[in-house]
Amino acid sequence: MARKLIYLLPIAVFAVLAAAFYAGLGRDPAIVPSALIGKPVPQFALPPLLADKPGLATADLKSKPVLVNVFASWCIPCREEHPLLMHLARDGVAIYGIDYKDQPADAKAWLGELGDPYRRLATDMEGRVAINWGVYGVPETFLVDGTGTIRFKQVGPLTIDVIDRKILPLLKSLAR
Amino acid sequence: MIDEIGHFALVLALLVALVQASVPLYGAARDNAPLTAVARPAAIAQFALVALAFLSLVHAFVVSDFSVSIVAENSHSDMPLLYKIAGVWGNHEGSMVLWVLILTFFGAGVALFGGNLPPTLQARVLAVQAMIGAGFLAYILYASDPFIRIVAPPDGNGLNPLLQDPGLASHPPCLYLGYVGFSMAFSFAIAALIEGKVDAAWARWVRPWTLLAWCALTIGITMGSWWAYYTLGWGGFWFWDPVENASFMPWLAGTALLHSALVVEKRDALKSWTILLAIVTFSLSLIGTFLVRSGVLTSVHAFAVDPRRGVFILGLLTIAIGGSLALYAARAPRLAPSGLFAPVSREGALVFNNLLLAACAATVITGTLYPLFVDALGETKISVGPPFFNLTFTPLMVPLLIAVPIGPMLTWKRADLLGAVQRLWAAGVAALLAVLAGWYIHSRGPVFAVLALGLAAWLVVGAAVELAERLKLFRAPLSESWHRALHLPRSNFATALAHAGLGITLAGVVSTAIWRVERIQTLHPGDVVDLAGYAVRFEGVVPHPGPNFEGQRATLVVTRDGLPVAVMQPEKKHFPVANQDTAETSIHTTGFADLYAALGDPDPRGGWVVRLYYSPLAPFIWFGGAMMFAGGLVSLTDRRFRIGAPARQRARAAVEPRPATAGD
Amino acid sequence: MRGALAMAILLLGAALATPAAAVLPSEMLANPVLEARARTISKELRCLVCQNESIDDSNADLAHDLRVLVRQRLVAGDTNAQVIQYIVARYGQFVLLKPPVEPETYALWFGPGAMLLLGAIGVVVYMRRRQAALDAPLSAAEEDRLKRLLDE
Repeated sequence: MARKLIYLLPIAVFAVLAAAFYAGLGRDPAIVPSALIGKPVPQFALPPLLADKPGLATADLKSKPVLVNVFASWCIPCREEHPLLMHLARDGVAIYGIDYKDQPADAKAWLGELGDPYRRLATDMEGRVAINWGVYGVPETFLVDGTGTIRFKQVGPLTIDVIDRKILPLLKSLAR
Repeated sequence: MIDEIGHFALVLALLVALVQASVPLYGAARDNAPLTAVARPAAIAQFALVALAFLSLVHAFVVSDFSVSIVAENSHSDMPLLYKIAGVWGNHEGSMVLWVLILTFFGAGVALFGGNLPPTLQARVLAVQAMIGAGFLAYILYASDPFIRIVAPPDGNGLNPLLQDPGLASHPPCLYLGYVGFSMAFSFAIAALIEGKVDAAWARWVRPWTLLAWCALTIGITMGSWWAYYTLGWGGFWFWDPVENASFMPWLAGTALLHSALVVEKRDALKSWTILLAIVTFSLSLIGTFLVRSGVLTSVHAFAVDPRRGVFILGLLTIAIGGSLALYAARAPRLAPSGLFAPVSREGALVFNNLLLAACAATVITGTLYPLFVDALGETKISVGPPFFNLTFTPLMVPLLIAVPIGPMLTWKRADLLGAVQRLWAAGVAALLAVLAGWYIHSRGPVFAVLALGLAAWLVVGAAVELAERLKLFRAPLSESWHRALHLPRSNFATALAHAGLGITLAGVVSTAIWRVERIQTLHPGDVVDLAGYAVRFEGVVPHPGPNFEGQRATLVVTRDGLPVAVMQPEKKHFPVANQDTAETSIHTTGFADLYAALGDPDPRGGWVVRLYYSPLAPFIWFGGAMMFAGGLVSLTDRRFRIGAPARQRARAAVEPRPATAGD
Repeated sequence: MRGALAMAILLLGAALATPAAAVLPSEMLANPVLEARARTISKELRCLVCQNESIDDSNADLAHDLRVLVRQRLVAGDTNAQVIQYIVARYGQFVLLKPPVEPETYALWFGPGAMLLLGAIGVVVYMRRRQAALDAPLSAAEEDRLKRLLDE
């Protein structure tokens, strides 16, 4: 009996494999999940990009839930998500921006063209602070709660789907 | 017009495949000769039709017919002709047609040259081959049509500049010949399960097709590695990238298959295992095809991602692999029990070989797929890279390589291990000398590196000793040895060649990995760098335009002890159409080492970053691979596998029984 | 989905820039021992914007930044393990090319070895059973048949 069972081993192994393959389809293997979910925001202080808007530092992230959006004027998907950010800002969501490895003049022109949703806007020319946030590309968006803890990270541009299913519900639950 | 013909040919091929997959099977089961005989012409027709489709694609690329979507996406009118043709398989859709072309090519081969096969077996083999063909033709026609037409743009996007290289252009056909070729071993295995019988004759019939595929895969992997080495600019040649692993896994399984089929042929043992191995080898090819095209794993090589493609191929996989393994579970227990052998015997050594190769394959499979499993199961993600594979694969290879020269020295059924090892004393001495020489020449580096050199010498001299044994060299008069050499079956020479090649490759891999000398510096014209005793003088960089690129070419003059050695001219190329840069490295080889130069970026003060490497024994890596390939080819020409002129052979066999040759 | 594709295109563009450059002379440390350690560590860290390269092999911007960061930490006095931990704290386990040995990865590290062991045991058991079948004494009916054959 055992002898017959052993002949079933190969197909059993394959069944597991096929299930894993099926589960893997549609998942993006290159997306790196954040190591900072549930952890406090890193210690940093970045200078402002514009003369009339404050920059960003750790202390600014401890009062209320906010979105921190890392972007750059040379980044094409950032253009795609920008209207969504404008929309969120108009709806009253607090959004802070970090301009990643960008020339201030280019960033200013870009924001002039597409609109500025940011209440605070800092510039990270070297990208060193972004490394501390675990940023590896742009755009990336973090949801930080009122205690300065990172609760969610979106790798890549924001989509309506992500905003509706993840970000807005989370913001709502944090507001209570 | 020609494209329509090509498309229609694919549709016809699918219909033929469906017929070929069903009618002969029915005919063989019912002992109906005319129905069974449908298999051979169907296989030939299927190949002809797919070839027609393939040629019409080639035509579309050669004349730059941009109304065909894949031509517009992958070709450009300025490209040299070779790369226009290579563009046919430089994209997903076209490469799938190449895949099916090779599949039907093997089918036609068995139809035309398999005259010595019993008709029912041949019919079943071709039927199974047609099933695979039908599946993939259906996939091509419904989800991956190469003949999709668009409004022709003024010019195309051009081929990825990295692929515009003669070595790489020819690499896919070779690889496909390899791992698609293993489909034939698969078909033979399924046919044997359907028949319910595996015997020595089966093993003999399956061997040439498996060997052909194995040879192609060996040289394909070697060429791919060599391409990476001279293109990528830092002298690396194997990265354990998922797509590389996708070709390496079938190679490991295929090597195991070749060896276990020997046991089936000679001793009528290990039958059920060999059948399983034949199924697994091609299954690994199919899984590899899936991995590369579905976007499930990250890889430098992967084609553009489309999950819908992935679902279809996964479906094909499930049917093919699931079906064959189910048949195996049902039928294998009923295969007649096999011959006995003592643990210490040639069979035992081959079992040892298979165990270790299977473990090696399992290591590569596990490492490649583990990230996928972890991701599918939970939230965390891990990645598995070269450090893992180097740590786990190497310890498994060591016992295998030690056993390689010993195995052929053992007799069948029951052998004297001590005696065999004693007869290898010359190889042992060579190993010791190699270790000492390595220690003397390179006084740095880990101990295992020098030991690995010893292992390489053990392999090479061991292969020579085994051959010398069979020729009774130094123990009998030279004339007798010569006489023996003339009549020794070719497979013995092939074994020696392939095993020695393994040792040569090992020496190359270890030397390059451990003792490579690297000099990365910013140079100004006139600067001289010392590279392992060579003096390399940087002369400067000049512009060098090309048909579809703008280039910068550096000149480096290499001398040793004042005597001129070479002039090396690495380049950087910028391709405006694709907006991509590539680097052309310059390699000067002495046969025993490579001098390797790559040009980096300029700095604002007029200097250029130049990377120089001295890689000892690097050419051995490719040379050893070529030796293994040659060994396989020599084995293919063994008279015992001659598959043409079956009638004459059968008549001769009937008249004079083949004498048993010693050391067979 | 479309966003992910766009991100992938961005990353792909960054990764395919040039295959030629890796460590730059301007990055290299003056102290050869520290530089060697930096190279060893870099070979174990994945370039996150590339398709399967280490930061030592890749010329992407992020790889450059991380190479510089690794060297800065080494100069600051971190051990190799501490430097790696510093990067992992920011990017997670995925950045390691050599996965850690922990319960989640036992199957990865020990699986093939276990399979080898089980396979070897299987072979031994199989061979013993075949040998036993051959050595087993004949049944009474078989004894009778043998006797009759010999008497013929």
